[in-house]
Amino acid sequence: MQNPYLPYPVKIDDIVVETEDKNLKTFTFVFLNPADEERFAYRSGQFAELSVTGKGEIPIGIASSPSEKGFVKFTVNKVGLVSSYLHNMQKGDIMGIRGPLGNSYPWDVLKGKNVVIIGGGFAFTTLRSSIVYMLANRQDFGKITVIYGARTPGMLLYRDELMAWEKRDDIDMHITVDGTNDPNWKYNVGFVPTITEKKAPQADDDTYAIICGPPIMIKFTQPVLDKAGYAHDHIIMSLENRMKCGIGMCGRCNVGKDFVCKDGPVFTLAQLNTMPKEY
Amino acid sequence: MKVIRISKTEWQGGLDKARTGYGLYGPVKEGQDDHAFRPLAPGEFPDMSYKNSKMSPKELVHPQSEPMFQYNLNPADPDHDIMREIAKDATAKAVIGIRPCDADAFLLVKRNFDTPIYRDPYWVTAFESFTKIGFACNQACSATAFCTSAGSGPFHDAGLDVLLVDTGESYLAKVVTDKGQHFLDVCGFSAPAADAASQIESLQKKAESTIASSVNTDKLKDQVTTELYDAPFWEEISFACINCGTCTFSCPTCWCFDIQDETKGKQGVRMRNWDSCMYPLFTLHGSGHNPRGTKVHRVRQRFMHKLKYYVDKYQDGIQCVGCGRCIRLCPVNIDIRKVCNMMNGYTACSCAVS
Repeated sequence: MQNPYLPYPVKIDDIVVETEDKNLKTFTFVFLNPADEERFAYRSGQFAELSVTGKGEIPIGIASSPSEKGFVKFTVNKVGLVSSYLHNMQKGDIMGIRGPLGNSYPWDVLKGKNVVIIGGGFAFTTLRSSIVYMLANRQDFGKITVIYGARTPGMLLYRDELMAWEKRDDIDMHITVDGTNDPNWKYNVGFVPTITEKKAPQADDDTYAIICGPPIMIKFTQPVLDKAGYAHDHIIMSLENRMKCGIGMCGRCNVGKDFVCKDGPVFTLAQLNTMPKEY
Repeated sequence: MKVIRISKTEWQGGLDKARTGYGLYGPVKEGQDDHAFRPLAPGEFPDMSYKNSKMSPKELVHPQSEPMFQYNLNPADPDHDIMREIAKDATAKAVIGIRPCDADAFLLVKRNFDTPIYRDPYWVTAFESFTKIGFACNQACSATAFCTSAGSGPFHDAGLDVLLVDTGESYLAKVVTDKGQHFLDVCGFSAPAADAASQIESLQKKAESTIASSVNTDKLKDQVTTELYDAPFWEEISFACINCGTCTFSCPTCWCFDIQDETKGKQGVRMRNWDSCMYPLFTLHGSGHNPRGTKVHRVRQRFMHKLKYYVDKYQDGIQCVGCGRCIRLCPVNIDIRKVCNMMNGYTACSCAVS
């Protein structure tokens, strides 16, 4: 019997400090057993349990894209026991990853459609995965619009990639910050909901919005999307809850009858409307 | 229906024969007024005079603490920092004298641990290693038992391999599965009981008539989940709760667990331990946010899970077998029967109907 709790052993191949507060680092892992990479076949929007031996596991969204081969990437916020220990680990250290877990963004539904990605703060990891995936399969999608904001320019994740995407003409980028003293800042200034109101395309049957961000951003972005006419089954969100097993067994991450880890983390707003607000 | 008659004089001898092929488990007297399900040492036999154990026998399959993996943190070891599986005990075991409600509970829990997508190897291996020799209740174990209205009953054989019925001078053994037949063969119990069916039926009727309390569950599936969630009674139901977790730990159908790494020196194990939705830490996010931050949330979660989310998810029954343990053991007298009937009979916003 396959043991779904057994992590694949991996080596830390690279560590990048992402943000000016140094609280977010991106870890690149390579599998110790090359065959495990194939077993770990994933879709954008899924997550995995990062297993630090002797400390425990944390559920983290996969930041790399299925179109990127030879490694997997995770951006980790320093918060608790495991993530703090992980932040002090070094290149070459051995740990584990377990997954992929959860359902992913609905790529079968999104194929051939326009996609609007709205992200805030450090919840941009699976959105990065999605953008890289869509750009690698550009012919499968209509118009791609990205609205991504952080408090300051230094708090934006994946800055080099954001700038590279800005220069492309097959993706409509709207980077924003809450505020900045940088006189050379040539992008938007303003909160994500405000920029969404100005830049998001009007809704139609073929346009889906994926929102990922802090609760306050979601709370104020949703009315904007409502006004722009987005149907609630065209608004796609990714939830977070405390997890342990990641496979729907340990019982803690449920929202109503659904487990965020197994039935989610991705739900449409139409689904969330029928569920208790326990997230 | 095949029934074997086991005279009480041949009972212990038969069980002794079974020890060659099975590890035997059964109820053993513990303290003044309790029984626990334990491995039976040579010469030790299940205490068939017991009513039921305070704690459910779920621990046989889902131990309160269980090592999952072992690891080594010594960098000189080529295996360091890699989780290694711990061999699981799949040897044949038999639990003698388990009550029908508790055996039925394993089937409800199985839906969680044995799914089309994932199978929990610890739970499934332990579950499959057991042959369950049930013991019908000739009378209600307690005034708080409500098994007959919770999808189970004193003579219910779901989840069992054999159901034993005590007739005084002998046991009638109803063979439920081939696994059960095999156990009886190993014991050497083979005397057919000719007129047993009618005898069992009359004992069953008598036993069922002693189950004095009941719940109504017929309307639960048609209730709107979010309306029940917002019902005004949760505040009152949870008011006295002290979040001790006794209800979840004693419940045969509660399975929630935590996973923790425990290290001593350079060696360690990844453990799993029972956890409880009654505890604030159960759902506390790293950010400090807690989606079930108050006891109203947590008490509601327990009852909604058992009586509504489970119903929504499986469209079949409730996640409760009516053993009554949580009612007997709750230090502040929270009563699932009362809550179940409130949920079942709830009408949201009756003000709209004029």
